[in-house]
Parts: sequence; structure tokens; C-alpha cells
Amino acid sequence: MKENKKTYWKGLEQLSNDPEFVKHADREFAELPTNMNEDGSASRRDFLKLMGFSLAAASLAACEAPVRKAIPYVNKPVDVNPSIPNYYASTFASGGDYAAVVVKTREGRPIKIDGNDLSPINKGKVNAIVEASVLSLYDKQRLAGPMVAGAKSDWKTVDEQVKSKLASAGSIKIVANTILSPSTEKAIQEFGAAFGGAEVIMYDPISNYGISKAAETFYGQAVIPSYHFDKAKTIVSFGADFLGTWISPIEFAAAYAKTRKVSKEKPEMSRHYQFESNLSLTGANADYRTPIKASQSGLAVLALYNAIASKAGAATVSAAKVEIANLDKAANDLWAAKGASLVVSGSNDPNVQIVVNAINELLGNNGATVDFSTPVYFRKGNDARMNQFIAELKGGQVGGVIFYNCNPVYDHARGAEIAEGIAKAKVSIATNGTMDETASLVQIVAPDHHFLESWNDYQPKKGHFSLAQPTISPLFDTRQAQDSFLTWAGSTTNYYDYLQANWNTTLYPSMGGGVSFQEFWDRSLFNGVIASESTPSAIAPITDASAAAAEVAKTYAADNAGSELVIYSKVGIGNGTFANNPWLQEMPDPITKATWDNYLTVSQKWAIANGVTMVEENTKKAQISVNGKTLIVPILVQPGQADGTFGLALGYGRTKAGRVADGVGVNAYDLLDSSKGFVNFDITSGVEVAVTGDSYKIARTQTHQTFMARENVIQEAVLADYKQDASAGRYKPEIYKDGEFVKPSKISLWSGHKYSQHHWGLAIDMNSCIGCGACTVACQVENNVAVVGKQEVLNRREMAWIRIDRYYSSDAAADDLSGLEIASENPEVTFQPMMCQQCNNAPCETVCPVAATTHSSEGLNQMTYNRCIGTRYCANNCPYKVRRFNWFKYHDNKDFAGVNVAQNDDLGKMVLNPDVTVRVRGVMEKCSMCVQRIQAGKLTAKREKRKLEDGEVNVACAVACPTDALVFGDMNDPNSKVSKLLKIEETDSAIKEVGEERAYHVLEEINVSPNVWYFTKIRNKDKNEA
Amino acid sequence: MLSKRSLVGIRWSFQTLAVLFFLLIGVSAYAVDPAVASSDEAIAAGKTVFNANCKQCHKLDQKSVGPALRGITERQTIEWAKAFIVNSQAVIASGDAYANALYKEYNNTVMPSHTFLTDGDLSNLLAYIEYGDKVDPAAAAVTGGDASGAAASGGIPSEYLSIILGVLVLVLLLILVVLGLIISVLTKYINKQDLSEDDKEFVSQKSDLSKVFKSDAFIIIVTALVIALVAKTAIDGLYSVGVQQGYAPAQPIAFSHALHAGQYEIACQYCHTGVEIGKSANIPSANICMNCHTHIQNVGGKEGISPEIAKIYAAVDNNQPIEWVRVHNLPDLAYFNHAQHVAVGGIECQTCHGPIQEMEVVGQHSSLTMGWCIDCHRQTEIATEGNAYYDKLVQLHSTSKDALKVKDIGGLECAKCHY
Repeated sequence: MKENKKTYWKGLEQLSNDPEFVKHADREFAELPTNMNEDGSASRRDFLKLMGFSLAAASLAACEAPVRKAIPYVNKPVDVNPSIPNYYASTFASGGDYAAVVVKTREGRPIKIDGNDLSPINKGKVNAIVEASVLSLYDKQRLAGPMVAGAKSDWKTVDEQVKSKLASAGSIKIVANTILSPSTEKAIQEFGAAFGGAEVIMYDPISNYGISKAAETFYGQAVIPSYHFDKAKTIVSFGADFLGTWISPIEFAAAYAKTRKVSKEKPEMSRHYQFESNLSLTGANADYRTPIKASQSGLAVLALYNAIASKAGAATVSAAKVEIANLDKAANDLWAAKGASLVVSGSNDPNVQIVVNAINELLGNNGATVDFSTPVYFRKGNDARMNQFIAELKGGQVGGVIFYNCNPVYDHARGAEIAEGIAKAKVSIATNGTMDETASLVQIVAPDHHFLESWNDYQPKKGHFSLAQPTISPLFDTRQAQDSFLTWAGSTTNYYDYLQANWNTTLYPSMGGGVSFQEFWDRSLFNGVIASESTPSAIAPITDASAAAAEVAKTYAADNAGSELVIYSKVGIGNGTFANNPWLQEMPDPITKATWDNYLTVSQKWAIANGVTMVEENTKKAQISVNGKTLIVPILVQPGQADGTFGLALGYGRTKAGRVADGVGVNAYDLLDSSKGFVNFDITSGVEVAVTGDSYKIARTQTHQTFMARENVIQEAVLADYKQDASAGRYKPEIYKDGEFVKPSKISLWSGHKYSQHHWGLAIDMNSCIGCGACTVACQVENNVAVVGKQEVLNRREMAWIRIDRYYSSDAAADDLSGLEIASENPEVTFQPMMCQQCNNAPCETVCPVAATTHSSEGLNQMTYNRCIGTRYCANNCPYKVRRFNWFKYHDNKDFAGVNVAQNDDLGKMVLNPDVTVRVRGVMEKCSMCVQRIQAGKLTAKREKRKLEDGEVNVACAVACPTDALVFGDMNDPNSKVSKLLKIEETDSAIKEVGEERAYHVLEEINVSPNVWYFTKIRNKDKNEA
Repeated sequence: MLSKRSLVGIRWSFQTLAVLFFLLIGVSAYAVDPAVASSDEAIAAGKTVFNANCKQCHKLDQKSVGPALRGITERQTIEWAKAFIVNSQAVIASGDAYANALYKEYNNTVMPSHTFLTDGDLSNLLAYIEYGDKVDPAAAAVTGGDASGAAASGGIPSEYLSIILGVLVLVLLLILVVLGLIISVLTKYINKQDLSEDDKEFVSQKSDLSKVFKSDAFIIIVTALVIALVAKTAIDGLYSVGVQQGYAPAQPIAFSHALHAGQYEIACQYCHTGVEIGKSANIPSANICMNCHTHIQNVGGKEGISPEIAKIYAAVDNNQPIEWVRVHNLPDLAYFNHAQHVAVGGIECQTCHGPIQEMEVVGQHSSLTMGWCIDCHRQTEIATEGNAYYDKLVQLHSTSKDALKVKDIGGLECAKCHY
């Protein structure tokens, strides 16, 4: 056993042992609200008020219960039964973001979205945005009907006006984000044909135009290839956040995780290098991460090209020398894994992407890990064409403009110019579902259905198709945009028939498989997806990369003294389309753990130089000017930020998204640069940052619920050590008893439980967990977890049942201050999902004075809200800090109506899970291991008079996890996945002996005997180093 | 719409009369085909088939949605009857006159096919139809008498208790009066004697009530009593908060369970479709009512449309759901699932809902308190037989001499109902 001597910290304040942090960490609960006397005692008047309230409450309680109605259907649909969920396969698509999903409906209301297992792309998995999108269906902000000139109208008027106006408008442009739907494109074509041609101009808020532009130059095809991360043994990424936000993150995360799972049978994993400016989710998961300046990124790619080219005997290109750590090492590893390696870049500069293509060519990855023969269509936006369009719009050359579900006024670099130009078009129409920044400027708004109310088809990848079907009747007087296009084109077919007819003529002949069309259609609709298998094949380049390389060498500089701004998007908020969703706003960013804000991430070095110290939430504001545009943003000191660079997230600063998002953060789209013919996210010149001195608070959760300096919460090893000793990095505490050292589990005060039927357990692989946070949103949706808003997060009262603890680490000893300072420049990162550990010897159970938290015969730690009197002793005694107290009534409370919409609006409440109680003020709550699902699964088995099969019951977090890091199951069942994974020896005892060497309990030494196991984090590094 | 329906109603009642007439003749003078088995086993087996497949629409001696069945083998051949049961539409399509007449008489109501019934099933069914459950008025009277007798012996009625109490109080008062008389007689007697000062004082002392009232002991006792009484009332009151036992609100339609479930013996599941599959038993949707009430438009063979039944028609015509008043209101914090109790546990509806088949207006029979739930979980044995889910539990429990009860498998745990 090799002991782990690293120092772990959650935030810089913990690293520096700031007194403020220590004070808060020592205190179990944050300070009480301030409506107290100055000396902190309650006044006599308060006492009388409380007395009066109790009396009133008591007399009210004695009143007769209200008459409640039971209203059945008039004509009950055959397949809708109250209390029994129905599942429909459908598709989530927003712009080019895509996921095949299964929608759970109860009593006709969609309440939960899971991934569709049959999809070869997202393979049954989702991310936070897809998971949360169900709430956007019940957004009060949605338009209830069409609007003409800002006033409510009706469809007849709209149709008449659109038809007559467009007929004389002249040139018609349809602006859209990536359209993945072939039938929609066809319908739009039909519409165009009726008006003498209408051009579709696509742009993407988060543009990847550089990749397709590069492919056009290099391969002669303007496409984005399929990337096969699962086949890559060495992965090198230059700023591409492929686990978080880049192109198809759910697909990539699942594929990546496959290469990261290690076991005794397969002690191999991929090696991942990341070169980037901001610490991204992907960088946090890399084995070797090097912070580089954005201005160097092109040269770094060139340097890698030269290194590989010299190994391959190809011509190198001349470029300025840059010193970049780990680059040569990366080149060696790439060369060693030729044909099974992958180089990607997040840059939107086509020239950089051409060099990346050339590197993959040299490595023989084309046709292996990079597949241009099966292109993906997630990003079809053309930045150059969009620039041209803006010029035309401003010049008054556009007669009619239709914004098809897009919001360029907000989410395009030149939004302000578009806003100006809209007025110059004779006709302006939007199909947006809300009065957003763009829709509020147009003449006619013909709101589209929500995607959960629509029919549609999608082609995310060549040969892959999926269908979307309505899961609820339209809530409002909206109309599917495709129907609008068809109506305006004078067609009388509705889009559903149109869609079917299109499939009949295009897909059925090739993919029908010899059955009738109806059967083909029904099967496709039932499955949700249909795909033809394809094997990757190489396509030949039509040019070499020398021209592009020369351009790169010219554009990028080895030593830029000025400040640089790298604009990125967050895993939760993305491009800002779903910003009005409080679940996403309150989801802590995986890296910064900040909620409800965007901010300027700065390096530790810059912060010290500019006198900014950030202790917990308290920070200063800075003024950032980029080529004349100025924003005031709060500062967040970010370990791992490349010195001289600053990061700022997109998706914030909405002005017309709705009451949740309006005024949250600043809009960074304004700072993007599209002057070079592509939208550039790396601003390397003209950036000035100055601290304004104004104080600000950023609501971060990272130092809340801390373990208080207990060691060995994180246990990790490097791959080389793991290969020699499977228990490398494991901390095995022993306790002295009767003359010998024994395992903590051998000493117990408790007589123990007996689990005769089931024993539920969870195994969490910290090597697979990438920290994306999909599980946290899934839990929030499934368990009706309240959103508390920024102020309450600042008060340390967030309600999340599952959190992802993000630890920074380095191997400098805790007292080596200068060593730690260096380490905080680029620390290692470990993610640890933390939820109720369902302890067998639960400390919370023994201290509850009213037995509101008790143990079940299936190993669950049960929380009974109606018995809880709110002493909070349990939370105080919980070593994992996973219990949450309802400080307020979060439902039906106007103080929280603006943030906790799912429990306040009549509309929002439709998303609540009817099987889970909405908790009241004054009670404790925590992870129940989705006991409602366990009960439902057991009931089904009992009704069918059979045993419960493994996999029938699964917890919401594990279902959502794109990397299968969480595995849930019955540990009493020797054939369950969790039993096999943990190698559980069969026993009647409640305390399971686990054979897997990597598995450990957090805080094993206190022997609370959790039912949640963690697997050591294994890094593919040569030696243990930070 | 309404007027049209009433016309139909009149025609319907003519038909009813005609059929009744026909039935009376039939009953008084029918002769069962001797080929129909009359053994008890066949009748019992036939009853099972009947209850499972026919009961919703047919009765033996009364017309329901479909005709009364007894005497069918006298009216038609056994083969005809079997063919009609298996696939009535085929018989009608073949042009059979009797079948077509029946079809027309019952407003072209399609009887579902029963192709899954074996010939043995059909023979047993016919045996039951002809010989099963004959109503004997004398026997019925006897059973009725027995039932009331049993009720009387069940315990001492409360009015007896109050009479006994009254008599006791009367006796006590009498004793008091007698004692008073004795005292006055004795005092008079003693006063005539020659007494010492002390004795005189003792005898002539008056009991001072006001002193008693002012004594500490009295005040303490009275206060304690008052507090105890108030506390008892308060506690009783608090325990009854939210308990709606006996709550029987008036419903928008005067639907009688006594008529439907009691007299016509319609299975509960016929209307409460969710009871075996889901959490909610389901208040039937109007289309379920219409299965029968398309034909049955009034009660007791009266002419026209019953005003109550008309409300169903109005609901359907206006597409306006019927707003029933919810009788059983569990608090939101308690999760109760009908399927678990009915389909898995095999609990009768009446166990919790009481004699629903006798209720004109449904009332809440049980208290629905947590104590009530828990009591049942403590006492109820689990229906483990033939259910593989319980195999391991049964095996582990086999060493115990007590039966496997709900409490033994976690039936008293909080998170079985609260989450």
C-alpha cells in the first residue's frame, strides 16, 4: 500500500487557511437571518407575534378539511391511467444540440426526460441542459399566441398579413441556428418556392465554423467529422472542451469514459493531454494539462505538427519557438499510438483546424478516430455568410426576414447591428416561442410549439435519423413553425402528414427493411431512432497544410504581453437559450462551483498583482474593455487559469428571457470578434482589465458542506502504480483493539441490521466521473428539489441532494506554502459525487429526538418529513454533510416565485413528480436513493409474481450519468451489476465485504458503514505529480 | 337530442314489458334440455366462468344489458347457445332469425366474442345458467333473520348501557335519601338523651359547605379534574383533526353503490379500473357509465330518463367531466397504492371501504389514520403463495412459528408510505 501524500483543497481560501473560511467551516449552519435584536435575542414583541401565530394556526387546523373534487375523464384515453407513467421516444434539439430522449409523462404531462438507449449517438444518456429542458415547456414566459406589432393577434390575421406582405417584400432571408431536420428543410424550401426563393442562413451561437471551413479547404467537403474518442489511446486537445460543451459532448463523454475505465481485467486507459487557457471541464479531467495563452495556441498546434512531422519524415514548417510543457511528451505518445490517437482543437480559426487535420493525417487517424465519411450536422452555421447577411440587412437589401427559432440579437457577436437592421426590412417575422431579444423587435411573431409538443425528424449524423413526437397537447395557442411555413406557402397538408410523406419517399425505400410503410413508421416512432451502420473510412486531402501553417505562424505570437480574453460557454447555461431555467442557473458550474452568475476568471498571479483576494463569495468587480466595448464583471480567482488570460462565459446577461434570467450576469457575445470571417472566441488584442474596487458576492457552493480537513476523502493513484498493485493509493485505516490493529468495521457499537430481501447500494467510479453535473439536475427533477436563488446560496442553504465536490490537489505538503502557491497555478482536479451515503451505522439516526430518520430493512436511511420537527441534529451529526434543511417554505411563496418556478407557478407545478412530496418549511431532507422508484419497481415485480431483476430499478442520477460512473443495484443479488463490480462476497450480514481493491468508503475510519462505495481515481501519469 | 332519447326510452320500456312478459311465461313453463349437466361441480365451475365473463351484462333471471339467461336451452338448442356465446356476431351474420331478433331487441349491442372458452367451459356455463343460484324466497327470509340475530348477539347495544347507568344513578340517589333520613332520625333520638358538652357540640355541628369549597384540597382536586377534562377534550379534538371518518358528502349524481355493487353485483373493478394496476383506483370516466347506460335509462323499469342518469348524458354531450366530491382524502405526505393492496395483497375492497355494496351514499368507513394502517400491517399475513417475489423472505421466515406478516418485511417502516 502506498499512501497518498497529496494535499487536497476545495478553494483557494481553504488552501491559504483563511480565517473567514475556517470560521464558516467550523460552523455547521450559516448564520441565522438578521431579523433579530441587536444582541441576537428575540424580542418580547416577536414572542407575542409567535404566540398569536401559534394560536391562529391551532384554530385553523381545527377547521373542517376543504371539500376536494375527484374529476375523472369524460372519455378516458385507453393508454392513459392515472398514476401510471407513459414513456414516449422523442428528440431534444435546440439549434444543433441534440439528444435522442425518452419522455416520461404522468396524467398526460411530461415530467422527466431521460436518454434513449437505442440511440447510437447519446446512448441513453443526457446532459444537464437536456435534463432540465422539460421545465422550459412550463415556462410562464412562453407566448400564448401569435403577436402582430407587439399586440396579441390570431392565426388568421397573421397568415393573411404574412402572405400579403411577403409577396411584395422582395428578397426573403430565413435566419436559423443549425437545422437538423430534413423535413423542415424541405418544408422551408417549399415555402421559399412559393415566394420566389428564400435563402436559409444558418449561424450557431457557439460556432464551429472553423472546422467545416478547414475541411472544405483541406478535404474539399465543408463538413464536421465524427470523432471516435472511444478508439483513441492518446487524446490531445487544444482548448476543445469536448466533455462539456464542444459539438456533441454527451456522445464524446460516453466514448471518452470507455477509455478511462480501468479494472484488473483491463488495466489500460487512454492518456489525455489538454492545452488551454481557461480551466475547462475537459482540462480538469486531463492527465496532463498545460495552461497556455490563447495567442500561443496556434503556435502550439504548429509545434505539435512539426514534432510529429519530424517523426514521420514529413516537411516541417517554420514558426516562432514556443516553450510549452508536455508538448514533446504528447507528440511521443501520439506517435506511439498512431492510428489510435486523436488531436482536436476548440479553435474556430480555419487555419488552425487545417493544421489539426494535417496532424491527424500524419498520425493516420483519418478514417480511424476521425471519420469524415460519416459527417455530423450539429453545427452547420456559416459565419462568413452570416456576416454578409448582416451587411445586407443593414444596407436595407433584405425585404423579408424570418427568424426561425433563433435569437441573433442576443447571441450573435453583431447582435446590436442586427437589432438595428431588422427595422430596415420590409417584413420581419419570428417563430420564437418567447418574446426574446429578437422576437420583441420583429413585426410578426408566429410562435412555434415547444419541442415536447411537436412532430419533427432529425438527421444528426449521416445515416442517423430520429423522430420527435408530441408528449402533450399544445399548452398555448401556438403553431408548429413548419406548419406556419407550409400554410404560408399555400399548402394545406399539415406537418405530420408532410413528415410521414417525406419519410415514405426518402427513408422508407432504403431503410424500410421489407415491411409496410406503416410498420416502418410505427417502429421508427416507437424506437425514436433509426440508423444505418457505417464503418469509418478515410478521405484523401486535396491540399497540404503549408499555406495554412504559414498563416498560423503569422497570426499567433509566442510572447504576447497584453491581456487576452477567452470566451467560453458553461456546461449548465450553454449558449443561453435555456437561461430562463432556474435549475440550470442554480446548477453549480463544474469548475468554479458558482451559481447564478458569469464572471471574469483570472489567474492567481494576476489577482495577487492587482490586490484581489477572493475569500469564499466575497470578491471585487473589474472593468473589461475589448476594443472599445466595456463590461463590468465580478472577478473569480481561478486556479489553472493561464497567466495573462481571462475567461468569461456566454449565455448570461439576457434582457428579455424572463424573470429568472433577466439581469443575471453580463452578455459576453458583445465581445466576440467576427471581423476575420469567423466568430473568434479568443480575443488576443485590445483587451484591458482594471479592478474597479466595487465589492461583489459570487454565490459559490464549493466551500459549503466541507469535510473539515479530514484526510483521505479522495484516494488516487497513477496507472503505473495501479498495474503493480491494484490497491495503490488506497488508505486503509486500522484501529487498535485488544493488542492488534483491526479494520474499523471490526469494531462497532451497533448490533447491526438484517437485510433479508434487498440491500441497495451504489458504486461510484471516480475515474469515470467527469464532473458534468447531469446527475445533479436529474436528481432535482426527479425529487422535486427546490431552487433557492442566489441570496440563499450565498447563505449556504442550497438544497441539492447530490453535489459534485471538486477538489484541487498537488503533492506539495500542507505546510509548504510556496510549493502550494505554485501548485495552485495548475492543480490536479478530482470530482467526487456526494450524496447521502445511506450508512448502516448512521450517525443521523441516533441523534434524532423524534425518530424522523430511521433505517429500513433494505439498507436505506429513511427521512420522514411529516415526523421531522427540525432540530437539525442529524445534519450536525452527518459526517458527509449531505442533509439539507428547509429554511423557508419554498413552494407557494412569493419570495421564491422568481426562482423556484417549478413549485410556485400553476404552470411550473405541472413538472413536479407526483410521487414525491414537496417539502414544507422546517424539515430536513436528503437523498432517498429514489425510494419512489424502488417502491414502484418492487410493486411491478410483485404484481407480476416474480423476482426483481437487476436494472429494473435505477436511481435518477445513475440513469442520467453520461459516463456510467454511478452504478446502482441490489447488493444482496450476486448477479447484479453492482455486486459484480464491487466483487461482493455473499453474506447475510448487512456489512458487505468487498473484493474490489479500488473500492473504498469515504471516511472509513469512523465506521459509519455507508452503502455507497467510491473507486480510486487513477491518473495515466508517469509518476505521482501534480 | 334529449327528446330523441326519451322517444327511444318509451320504445325501450315497451320492449322491456314485452320481454318481461315473455320471461314470465318462460319461467313458469320451461323445460331444461336434459343434456345440460346438473352436477354441483359443473354448476360451480360454470359460476366461475359466468362471473369472469358474463356478469357485467347478464343476470340469470333478470334482464340487464343483455337478456336474462335462464331457460336458454329450452328456447334454443345447446349447440345454438354455445355458438352464440363463442361468437354471437357470426351467428347473427349467418342470418339466424332468433339471433337477429335478439340483436335488434338489444339496440344492436355487440356481445364480445369468447373464443377462448373451451367446450367444457361452455357446458359448465350452461349448467350454471340453468341450475345455478335459484332464488328460493323462503330460504332468503331465513338467511335474513339469521343475519339480524347475529348482529344482536354481537355485543350489548349502547342503549342498554345507558339504561343500566340510569338505574344505577337512581339506586345511588335512593341510598342517599335513605341515609339522610337515617341521620335525621338518629339526631332526633340522640338529642333527647342527656349528653356531655363535647358530645352535644359534635352532634349539633353543622357541616360547613363553604369551608369545604374553600379548602385547598377541594380546589386542587377540582382544578386537577378540570384540567384533566380540558386536556382530554383537547387531545381527543386534536386526534380527530383531519379525520373524516363517516364523511359522506352529497355527490353531483345520486349514484347508489347499493344498487350497482349490491343489487346488480357489478364487480368493483369494472368501474374502478385502476385498482389493480396503479396507485389510484380511478373514479370511472363517463364513458364507462355509458357502457350500460346507453341502454339503461331509468331505474326500476320506469319510463323516460331518470334525471340522475340524464346528468351522465349531459356530461358526455357537453364534454364536461362530472365533478365528484372526493370522499377518501389521504394527506399528501402519505403514499397509498391500490395495486399493492388489491392485486398483490389480495385485500377485499370492503376491508377498508366497509360494506360499500350497502351504501346509498358512499361514506368514509375507516378512520384512515396512520394507527389504523399500522394496525392492519401488524395483523395481515402476506399472500406469498405463488408469488416468486416473496420466495426468499418465506424461506428465511420458515423457522418462525408465526405467519409472515406485513410487519415482518418492513411494513412498519416510514419510507414504505412517506417519501
